[in-house]
Amino acid sequence: MSDFLPPSIQAILPDLIQLVYLVATGIFIVGIKRLGSPATARSGNQLAALGMFIGVVVTLFDQQIITYEYIIAGIVFGAAIGAYAAKKVEMTAMPEMVAIFNGFGGGASAVVAWGEFTRFEASAIATQDLVTIGLSILIGSITFTGSFIAFGKLKGFISGNPITFPGHNIFNGLLTVGTLGLVGWLTYDPTSQLIFWLLFGIALLLGILTVIPIGGADMPVVISLLNSYSGIAASMAGFVINNNLLIISGALVGAAGLILTNIMCKAMNRSLGNVLFGAFGGDGGSGAGPAADTDKTVRETTPDDVALQCAYSDRVVVVPGYGLAVAQAQHVLKEVVDKLEKRGVEVKYGIHPVAGRMPGHMNVLLAEADVPYDQLYDMEQINPEFKSTDVVLVIGANDVVNPVAKTEPGSPIYGMPIMNVDEAERTIVFKRSLSPGFAGIDNPLFYKESNQMFFGDAKKTLQSLAKSLDDV
Amino acid sequence: MSGLIFNLFIFVLASFIGFELISKVPPTLHTPLMSGANAISGITILGALIVAGQVDHQIAQYIGFVAIVFATINVVGGFMVTDRMLEMFKKKDKNNE
Repeated sequence: MSDFLPPSIQAILPDLIQLVYLVATGIFIVGIKRLGSPATARSGNQLAALGMFIGVVVTLFDQQIITYEYIIAGIVFGAAIGAYAAKKVEMTAMPEMVAIFNGFGGGASAVVAWGEFTRFEASAIATQDLVTIGLSILIGSITFTGSFIAFGKLKGFISGNPITFPGHNIFNGLLTVGTLGLVGWLTYDPTSQLIFWLLFGIALLLGILTVIPIGGADMPVVISLLNSYSGIAASMAGFVINNNLLIISGALVGAAGLILTNIMCKAMNRSLGNVLFGAFGGDGGSGAGPAADTDKTVRETTPDDVALQCAYSDRVVVVPGYGLAVAQAQHVLKEVVDKLEKRGVEVKYGIHPVAGRMPGHMNVLLAEADVPYDQLYDMEQINPEFKSTDVVLVIGANDVVNPVAKTEPGSPIYGMPIMNVDEAERTIVFKRSLSPGFAGIDNPLFYKESNQMFFGDAKKTLQSLAKSLDDV
Repeated sequence: MSGLIFNLFIFVLASFIGFELISKVPPTLHTPLMSGANAISGITILGALIVAGQVDHQIAQYIGFVAIVFATINVVGGFMVTDRMLEMFKKKDKNNE
């Protein structure tokens, strides 16, 4: 592609390409920075896309690139699939979508390393390149299969419950050490196809075995971690082809993924190790059924009653959970809130950091229903306000409002930061049944005197509430 | 300084920038951020271009083609879906007509 350029430019072309990479690097950094604030986030994402476009275009001038058939075919094909998926996906299915895209990204890094390994005479590849080829294949493959298992678990193709066998963690540990050994062996004997394919195969297997013992409810943490991996894999591919733009962008993503993973673990009061190796939590229900205690009673309420209580309140806080998303009830919720606001009730949304299926997922779902983001409050912002709140509507959330996290040191969720809804004058819990949440523990909030239960599917209960509000 | 060491320096410094950039992001944006960062990790497409565009080795070209398809799905899908999410984030005053 560089043939049409004058010879004087061709001579400095490699340096020019590097300079443009430097510009693209800057654009990525500014783009990620802008992604950090709601007002600028969209332009940040578009900037990052521009940086990617510039990177791709300038790479086409690389003197190693001679033919364009495969490039054009590959881009057209991949772009069609990516664009179709991005347009079609439901907002509730966002975690799965991210998992899939991420899997392809990690897979691409592994395949690039495979291509580089195939392309050159094995004995002619420098030792340091063999190390990074090996690592790229290892991390990329784990990301690839791991992401697809995470996708399957979220979609329900694979059981959301932890799937383990005796000695699972030890076996995975041995495999990990084994693959690292194979990377070392590959640098020692790069001509051995056997070693190469063993490494590739075991790395793919390792991705499956690492994710399969993790419960469905923990998948977001896994996706976030795998996102970090795919960044590191891209960075390793950058080492292989000696490309700074890849190394830097990959490292940025790797760091971002690690921070998000850490934030999620903190919000659930779990350590990363506990998530990865603890085989904790299925995807809810798991046949636990209603609480066995018969001496505890709950107060059941009706749509008219809820409408009345809300309509004559000054302050109402809505605490949405995954049940809301599953029932696709975010639009009806918005309708209810609009009606309350018309009556002069002050309504705020209190969002727990792990509400939904990814941190911030609930914000996306509410944004989809046109809820303005400045009406959404983080846990730290809303918690001090519950004392002066008249009614809290807890919709499809359970563990994140369970006071046991503060009171019972023996409980599995003890220490998890929760929404202090029990401090409000009254709470109304919208829930299908009394069954415990994914942590599998009973919620004393349901039996409190200040609480009422509004049983049913979130969408249906909210619809009936919206109707009743018209008649109040 | 060998190329590997030099690259390691870049890698480590870029990681620190990444930590600094992300650590103050409000929870509202965590999902779009994860999705956007995920799209950026598709930068590996640059490597795929080189493998698919060289003519030294036929099989490597096929492999490069696969890498381009994978990476393009990641890049195009990732940026588009992130844009779709962020498009919906609105401030209140704008929303109240």
